Amino acid sequence: MEYTQKVLDHFTNPRNVGEIEDANGVGEVGNAKCGDIMKMYLKISDDDIITDVKFKTYGCGAAIATSSVATEMIKGKSVDEALRLKNSEVVEELGGLPSAKIHCSVLAEEAIKKAIGDYYTRKGIFVEEQKCCCCENDGACKCHQEPEEE
Amino acid sequence: MSCKSVYFDHGATTFTRPEVLAEMLPYFGQMYGNPSSIYKLAKSSKYAIDNARSTIAELINADSKEIYFTGSGSEGDNWALKGVMYASTKGNHIITTSIEHHAILHTCKYLEKEGYKVTYLPVDEYGRVNPKDVEAAITDKTVLISVMFANNEIGTIQPIKEIGEIARRHGVYFHTDAVQAAGHIPIDVEDMNIDILTMSAHKFNGPKGVGALYIKKGVKMYNLIEGGSQERKRRAGTENVPGIVGMAKALKMSCEHMEEVNKNLIRMRDRIIKEVTENIPYVKLNGHPTQRLPGNVNLSFKYIEGESLLLFLDINNICASSGSACTSGSLDPSHVLLAIGLPHGIAHGSLRLSLGYENTDDDIDYLFTVLPGIVDRLRQMSPLYEEVLKGDKGE
Repeated sequence: MEYTQKVLDHFTNPRNVGEIEDANGVGEVGNAKCGDIMKMYLKISDDDIITDVKFKTYGCGAAIATSSVATEMIKGKSVDEALRLKNSEVVEELGGLPSAKIHCSVLAEEAIKKAIGDYYTRKGIFVEEQKCCCCENDGACKCHQEPEEE
Repeated sequence: MSCKSVYFDHGATTFTRPEVLAEMLPYFGQMYGNPSSIYKLAKSSKYAIDNARSTIAELINADSKEIYFTGSGSEGDNWALKGVMYASTKGNHIITTSIEHHAILHTCKYLEKEGYKVTYLPVDEYGRVNPKDVEAAITDKTVLISVMFANNEIGTIQPIKEIGEIARRHGVYFHTDAVQAAGHIPIDVEDMNIDILTMSAHKFNGPKGVGALYIKKGVKMYNLIEGGSQERKRRAGTENVPGIVGMAKALKMSCEHMEEVNKNLIRMRDRIIKEVTENIPYVKLNGHPTQRLPGNVNLSFKYIEGESLLLFLDINNICASSGSACTSGSLDPSHVLLAIGLPHGIAHGSLRLSLGYENTDDDIDYLFTVLPGIVDRLRQMSPLYEEVLKGDKGE
């Protein structure tokens, strides 16, 4: 399967690229070794509404497109709604992804959850460790270790 | 945006030269006879194959009885390795390198499953095999050394003649996968001590679906394809007559124009390397600076990923390729880039531009109008580059 028009649209004109200086939730997932890194910046209001979201992604076309569409899907939503966003919904929103690229949508879901986790941590709320997207282990796996380069 | 289209992927395949196509066409039409048949119609096909065989033989300094037509480079590589090993009573050991094409590496893996032993030699940072390593790896069980003539990704040319000499001295067969080299750099199987050599027509402006294997007289080989008595009973199957005719014509033309074409290709290749490395920061040339195929450029752009680079180039109608995992169909980036010591992150950001004789300086000018902007755009999106700008990972 090739990239859909919507994937190419989000890849060539990604929405919400950049950083938020005063973000109160930041999450980065993936690593250079695997070829994808996604970083999400969230600005969340006092009543838990995501008022702004920006991303930076190192990765393939699908990684950039899933990051872009995911930011659109959670902007203006409540934190609870954003936490419920599933990777399959991201795929659906893009009109599908090649099977080898589904993991990009998982990364997008994870990046959002990690950024929200960071927001909770900053607020002093304990959050359970997330499961790894690759092996489903509880954080003890080596799938996303920092690369040993340079 | 301009709608100009530029093809920089000649390492993947090339167009069939019009002169080549013209020679092929009659063999699809009025001269369609089966070369194995007895009547006059068939004779023209038979003569065409004989002529093609001697043309190709002459161009690599072989005898026409030593040229066997195949269906592809991959078939040639499979035949060379399996054919020699299955026929050998001497031993069970193959020496090859870690940067071979998958047609060699996957065949070696297959043979390992069957109980054969394979040594995968390392390469230096430029992708060169050290002939001393080859010699040191030889045991009394070694039957075959297989080292590619030139690498398909980084273009590095191997010291073939030296390796051939070592093989000859030790009584070991020497095969070289010359798919990227044939028609592009001079090959002399006699002078270079080559016993078996693989080539493929579509890499030198011939048609797809046809290749040849040079097998030196006296080399014991098992047949891969059994059946009729084609190819001196060593490779059955009705010959691809138009393809064979086209292959010979394409190799002849490539060899005739090689010197002038290469002069220009090397100039354009070095122009791209110089201007890109001077004008775009954090770029690394992969492969040897001079011992490389005339048309091969392979650059790694740090902090960006190859597939997104290719997609943006494609949007601008530039055809190129990458060794990133996303384009290799696996999770790992190119085994060649890892073998020359690149970290995964940098290997993912590789770009291969392989030039052909029809490329011009206009094509390169156009590349330069597009490439820096794409690299910058992707870096502005990259969290790795953000860290560089903030000095976290600066060099």
